[in-house]
Amino acid sequence: MPDTFALESEDIRKTFGHFTALGGVTLSVRSGEFFTLFGRNGAGKTTFLKIAATLVRYTHGKLRIEGIDIREEPEKARRHIGFLSHNTYLYRDLTPIENLRFFSRLYGMPDSDERILSLLDRVGLRRRASDPVRAFSRGLHQRLGIARVMLHDPSVILLDEPYTGLDANAVDVLNQMLDEAAASGKTIILTTHDLEQGLRGASRAAIIDRGKIVFAAAAKDNAIREAYASYIRAGVTR
Amino acid sequence: MKAILAIIFKDIAVELRSKESISAMLMFGILVLVIFIFAVDPSVDRLLVAPGILWAAFSFAAILGLNRSLSMELDNDCLQGLLLAPIGRGELYAGKVSSNFAFMMIAEIIVLPVFVILNNLSFNVQFLKVVGIACLGTLGIASIGTILSTISANTRMKEVMLPVLQIPLTVPVVIAAVEATRVVLTNDPEEISSWLYILGGFTIVYLTVSYLVFEFAVEE
Amino acid sequence: MKVKILATLSLVTMIPALYMIFLYAPTEATQGNAQRIFYIHVPLAIIGAYGSAGLLFIGCLAFLITRDLSWDRFASTSAEMGVVFTTAQLLTAIMWAKPIWGVWYAFDSRGILQLVLLLIFIAYFMLRAYLPDREKRAKLCAVFGLLGMIDVPFNYLSIYLFRTQHPQPVVSPGGGGVDADMATTLLVSFIAVTCLYAYAFVKRLTVAKLEEQVDYLTQVTLAYE
Repeated sequence: MPDTFALESEDIRKTFGHFTALGGVTLSVRSGEFFTLFGRNGAGKTTFLKIAATLVRYTHGKLRIEGIDIREEPEKARRHIGFLSHNTYLYRDLTPIENLRFFSRLYGMPDSDERILSLLDRVGLRRRASDPVRAFSRGLHQRLGIARVMLHDPSVILLDEPYTGLDANAVDVLNQMLDEAAASGKTIILTTHDLEQGLRGASRAAIIDRGKIVFAAAAKDNAIREAYASYIRAGVTR
Repeated sequence: MKAILAIIFKDIAVELRSKESISAMLMFGILVLVIFIFAVDPSVDRLLVAPGILWAAFSFAAILGLNRSLSMELDNDCLQGLLLAPIGRGELYAGKVSSNFAFMMIAEIIVLPVFVILNNLSFNVQFLKVVGIACLGTLGIASIGTILSTISANTRMKEVMLPVLQIPLTVPVVIAAVEATRVVLTNDPEEISSWLYILGGFTIVYLTVSYLVFEFAVEE
Repeated sequence: MKVKILATLSLVTMIPALYMIFLYAPTEATQGNAQRIFYIHVPLAIIGAYGSAGLLFIGCLAFLITRDLSWDRFASTSAEMGVVFTTAQLLTAIMWAKPIWGVWYAFDSRGILQLVLLLIFIAYFMLRAYLPDREKRAKLCAVFGLLGMIDVPFNYLSIYLFRTQHPQPVVSPGGGGVDADMATTLLVSFIAVTCLYAYAFVKRLTVAKLEEQVDYLTQVTLAYE
């Protein structure tokens, strides 16, 4: 495992008015790691991921992506980041090819339809490449979303509860893409509350509860399952 | 720069597919002109009230267009997709202003001949001057309207908030554009330059300020 | 403590001001007693309307630079003062115009400008009212406030130019020079209105801070249940 860090967060805090979403998250993810962050709804995992993706501004702390401080050089950092959320950020009136062409230009990638078509091939959308996205099912939507994320070849891939609402085919496509990405040395950070999917490809995992990291270990470690049961399954206020 | 062009082309592509924005602005603009045929006493000198009617039509049509442009970005949270891109927030603003301006101008270019016909004018140098004033005024409206539509979209009232915010702030543009148009149409020896300076100054100031503060309007 | 000083100051300056306005200042030749409204109207306009506009601009700019929520409180207080004082100023304008000139309102350049300014202040408040989230409200209102206040000079220019090209019968403080006694009365009135404004502003700002604390405690209490 290379010695560089893909993501380094130091005491990241986020308050929304009087509500503290994150109370100081310190976390480091090495380059090439597959890291899963578990947490209940409202625990802060989406907020943390969005902060890492520079969509939300942190109230306190420091965060570096591939060594780049996201407060000082956000655009440079974004070049390395691919973010997938429940919403796919795709234009429903356009076709997959048109959507990807647009994002391609936005990221300053060379204008090449071949790249786009081969990417669509990998997610199994080649045949629907020229149909408006409006007609797609959620699974197809998400597959195109995956293609959008991979388009600019980011080294850090952030996924926020990506398995939600996916059919079995889409889940397979996602897992395949993630395995390929991990194999080619990309860093993957995934949030979910599904234990099995979360641990499937992960090398390390952590649990976030009420805005703080409460547990972290290697994915193979069985202690995770116990910790998961107590923090997430229990679900009772302490 | 490439990113700004990409945004403009994307907006054009979506508009070509959905055909919602320009047609709405167009219809609305023409309807306003038509309503005023009945609303204004025919004995009044047409040329004195016509510029006001024209810019009332343009102002309201602009609000429609701006709202449509933004709701396209809010659908499926596409705005977040734009915020993820390695471009500055100001560049994002520049892209949206350009496409908003382009769509408004396209609608206006079609409304203007209708205006000429309804007011018994002719398609001559005067008409070209009116088009020029329309360009300047529309750019002013687009520059402030783009950021205001982003602000209003965050409220519970959503699109209905935009006219409340925009109309008081575009008073200088409307006054200047109406007066400049009136000077042209009535061949008034009055100076037109001060009105054009106001339009130009307004546009430059608001393009700059909005470019700088746009990130506050879009960040979560 | 500050509030008490300002309260006393307002009282202390308002009494002589009122005396001077109603009893000391000479009755104006053409307009009669109704002209006395001018001594209240002008300070209200300059300090209440334009002063609030200036303070709103400062508050919004300061918030955008520092992201400190206390500047947001400052800005919203300025806007509130703006609404109240601009409305008061418009009402005194009506009270002045109707008896003397027979028109409801003087649609001269100043008059229209103040009307538009009132609309901008009201728009600011509508925006505040429809944004429930504290941080978002502060950010978006600061942006709108900034854009709105930058608009004021443009409004002034365009409306002024419009009125010079389409002059209306002038409705303004009496022709000829201003009497020395009138000038003194006006000055005293200015000081009184400024003190009153400062008092109201600081008091409102304190109340705003308390409102937020109540909000916070309510949220904390709810979180416990």
